[in-house]
Amino acid sequence: MIIANLAFYLFASVTVAAAVMVICARNPVHSVLFLVLAFFNSAGLFVLMGAEFLAMILIVVYVGAVAVLFLFVVMMLDINFVALREGFLQYLPTGGLIGLILLAELVLVIGGWSIEAEIAVPASAPIPAPAELSNTEALGGVLYTRYAYLFQAAGVILLIAMVGSIVLTHRVRPGVRKQRISRQISRTREEAVELKKVSPGEGA
Amino acid sequence: MAAVPALMPVLAEMLLAVAGMALLLFGVFRGDRATRLIAWLTVAVFGAAFLAVVGPASAPGAALEGLFVVDRFAVFMKTLVLIGAALTLIMSLGYIRRENMERFEFPVLMLFATLGMLMMISANDLIALYMGLELQSLALYVVAAFRRDSLRSTEAGLKYFVLGALASGMLLYGCSLVYGFTGTTRFEVLADLFGPGGAGVSTGVVVGMVFIAAGLAFKVSAVPFHMWTPDVYEGAPTPVAAFFSVAPKIAAVALLLRVMAQPFGDLVAQWQQIVVFISIASMLLGSFAALAQTNIKRLMAYSSIGHIGFALLGLAAGTTEGVRGVILYMAIYLAMNVGCWGCILAMRRQERMVEGIDDLAGLARTNPLMALAMGIFMFSMAGIPPLAGFFAKLYVFLAVIEAGMYTLAVIGVLSSVVAAVYYLRIVKIMYFDEEGDPFDSPVGGELTFIMAGSGLFVLLFFVYPTPLVRGAQAAAAALFP
Repeated sequence: MIIANLAFYLFASVTVAAAVMVICARNPVHSVLFLVLAFFNSAGLFVLMGAEFLAMILIVVYVGAVAVLFLFVVMMLDINFVALREGFLQYLPTGGLIGLILLAELVLVIGGWSIEAEIAVPASAPIPAPAELSNTEALGGVLYTRYAYLFQAAGVILLIAMVGSIVLTHRVRPGVRKQRISRQISRTREEAVELKKVSPGEGA
Repeated sequence: MAAVPALMPVLAEMLLAVAGMALLLFGVFRGDRATRLIAWLTVAVFGAAFLAVVGPASAPGAALEGLFVVDRFAVFMKTLVLIGAALTLIMSLGYIRRENMERFEFPVLMLFATLGMLMMISANDLIALYMGLELQSLALYVVAAFRRDSLRSTEAGLKYFVLGALASGMLLYGCSLVYGFTGTTRFEVLADLFGPGGAGVSTGVVVGMVFIAAGLAFKVSAVPFHMWTPDVYEGAPTPVAAFFSVAPKIAAVALLLRVMAQPFGDLVAQWQQIVVFISIASMLLGSFAALAQTNIKRLMAYSSIGHIGFALLGLAAGTTEGVRGVILYMAIYLAMNVGCWGCILAMRRQERMVEGIDDLAGLARTNPLMALAMGIFMFSMAGIPPLAGFFAKLYVFLAVIEAGMYTLAVIGVLSSVVAAVYYLRIVKIMYFDEEGDPFDSPVGGELTFIMAGSGLFVLLFFVYPTPLVRGAQAAAAALFP
């Protein structure tokens, strides 16, 4: 038990520290790397909570794809982050005030936290004991049956995202040399190769 | 061996989804030459979905593990959305051809946006609600920025996207709070929980509900979440702005009605003050801010904000009559708005769109029929009897007065008087000002058909309003028993 507690405090403190560094680091590439560190430690927190599937997904999707994408964006966009951050101190009082108000509200709301007794039954009924079913199986069981509709809807949303990005960015540029395999294959030897008789000593 | 789930209630949505993907493939193979054909096929798909909605898919009941619900309300609102989407798509045909926007993705994106709207209207779960809303919004962001070479269009798309993402965030935050404090996302379980004999409400649920209401208020562009509307309407291509002001508005109002009446139906005391505030603020801002506009698209944006305020008056009353008023208001709003945008789309000079209100000067002499149609829509929007717009306001105000909220009714009537000023100003400019160059003619068969059709509907609604009123009554009763 004490080891689990120690591990929790380790992961939690590293997560918070890394998250602070994400917004404080001068170099944007370092920010992204700190973000990766924060993701890894959050994954550790998930494992401690028994949500091993979420932990692995967090690493595969967020570290493997999202953070790397951020890295690409940061490297490709030539943005002067130092200049962007110049007004930081100027906005700090207002931003800090809003943050404090939000924090106070959150504390007030979370302070009243209780799962209503009535609803505890329907909410927890379909979930079997963790020993019977790993949470990967449990997620898969509801994702493709009870929530199949939402799964399909998410698919359509991703399709729209793809269509949208193509519509807004794809341009047909004239004069681009493109490989047309059908034309390559249908070419005959006669139209592709020309034999020239070259007499010795005269050149082509 | 599991039984095949009952898919009949989802027929229209499945039809739209499958047809959308098929048309997308067809477009990829045929290229942009097929845009016109795909647009007409999309209209045909809307027609087929309409038939499915009123026919085989209209039996009340839940489907897809209870995530999807069909009732009289859903059927009524879906027919409105499909009519609005089909009419605005037909209106846009001429525009996209002239303005070099003829790309096959345009009708396909409109189709998917409409699919999202139908999913929103039938949502019976917080997650289903969010999925439908996101599908609709994502397609709309892209359509707003569809003229990617125009700075204003891309600005409109980006602005809409950033603010829309913020609103989605608020909505999700609210949903997660409601889920956290109740342990469920299902509408009927939530309703049981808050109803008599349930566990009651905690602060967290109320805070979550306020966030959900804020997110939905953004989608219907009600004050104080309206800032995006004028800029997006002005920047987006005109037929897209027409689309924005009709179908997504109706779907979002339907969603707002369902969320407030079903899961949170017993929390009227908690949400009523929010809706009252939003409604008053929208009516006042819509009326006063529109007075100073010179661009007709911006004017229409403020006008739609005002109309949403009037429609929400009915919800503020919190009674079946009030909800009936909202539904009826949206039906009449659909006809007035489609016709009015048809007139705006016909405002072309030397092959270029003009958008100034002054460009309408003397229209009564250069194109008397179009001026007459525009005049009818303006009088109707101002709520002058016996046009349809008068009845829309009448039913809402009746419900408010029956609920005993006299202050609200007085504010509503006063702001409708202020709003009448700018509607009548357009009539005055058209009929009494010195005429400028005439608009291009002919305006095109599609536009003429839509202007004439909606003009006749608005003009002759009072002769036989019974079917629409009955339909709205049945729809309201299904939602707010």
